[in-house]
Amino acid sequence: MSTSTATETHEHAEHVEHVEHAEHAAHEHGLSDIGYVKVAIVLAVLTAIEVSTYYVDFGPFFMPVLIILMMVKFFIVAAYFMHLKFDSKIFTWMFYSGLFLAIGVYVAFLATFKFFLPS
Amino acid sequence: MADVAVHAPSAGHDDHGPSDHGHHTTTGLSNNKLAMWLLLGSECLLFGGLISTYMLYRGRVGSGPTPDQIYDIPFTSVSSFVLLMSSLTMVLAVSAAARDDKRNTNLWLTVTALLGATFVGGQVYEFTAFYKEGLGFTTSLFSSSFYTLTGFHGVHVIVGIIMLMSLVAMNNRNRIVGQKSEVVEMIGLYWHFVDVVWIVIFTLVYLIPS
Repeated sequence: MSTSTATETHEHAEHVEHVEHAEHAAHEHGLSDIGYVKVAIVLAVLTAIEVSTYYVDFGPFFMPVLIILMMVKFFIVAAYFMHLKFDSKIFTWMFYSGLFLAIGVYVAFLATFKFFLPS
Repeated sequence: MADVAVHAPSAGHDDHGPSDHGHHTTTGLSNNKLAMWLLLGSECLLFGGLISTYMLYRGRVGSGPTPDQIYDIPFTSVSSFVLLMSSLTMVLAVSAAARDDKRNTNLWLTVTALLGATFVGGQVYEFTAFYKEGLGFTTSLFSSSFYTLTGFHGVHVIVGIIMLMSLVAMNNRNRIVGQKSEVVEMIGLYWHFVDVVWIVIFTLVYLIPS
């Protein structure tokens, strides 16, 4: 009987330690699982709004709405799912320097074709 | 050479938990993660080039079908949603790995791979349908740039699926070298990157008409 109680106490202590470790890891390295599900729901809603532009006439807001939604979704995934919000800022710099370099180069590239070549 | 042989295993068996801080490197960060972020930063340039080429040529349809005639937005929307949800299952796998929960890590990695396979299956169906409607790879500048862009993305998804399934197999046999949670996290970073690229492609290629 006493052996059984000791085993249960040991298992309980292990469980508490495991939960504490998990909570510590979640706090240190991102959201909890429920938090990630909430982020995914937000992304799903944003995607639904994006797709609705195919069916509903947004008039002059069509393009800005799509571009803003795309950017918001991009930054949400990068910040929460890729942990940039919780990790070292060096990772953020490495990723976004590549991204903004790409945007700068290719906007210049497209502008060159737009303005300097005969249509 | 001897220096590498001595230091590589110790870096791989770092016991500092999921935090990046405390790694025995000059930056205090994991060199593996730095390398992965560097790769993803450079991948931005690759996909930036492919997307801008598509943007440039999407109006050059020649005698072939136009984007508006062939795109099936409801179908692609479902595919996009599937890939988006695979990012959720991937981050749940990373979370399980951080808790050292092997069973749930394998479960979520497998679900992620299945969702990725569903997306690739949808892309194969879409390409087949487009081909039957007369849009071959060399039909027009639009078709070439479209197939190159979405095909490159599809190859990235397939590589991701192979990595996920390899990770499950290695995890089952306890063959992962180094800190397991970091390995899962790095595969996760690659997978999320594939997802964010599709977020951009879905809007710029499919939803914004030419």
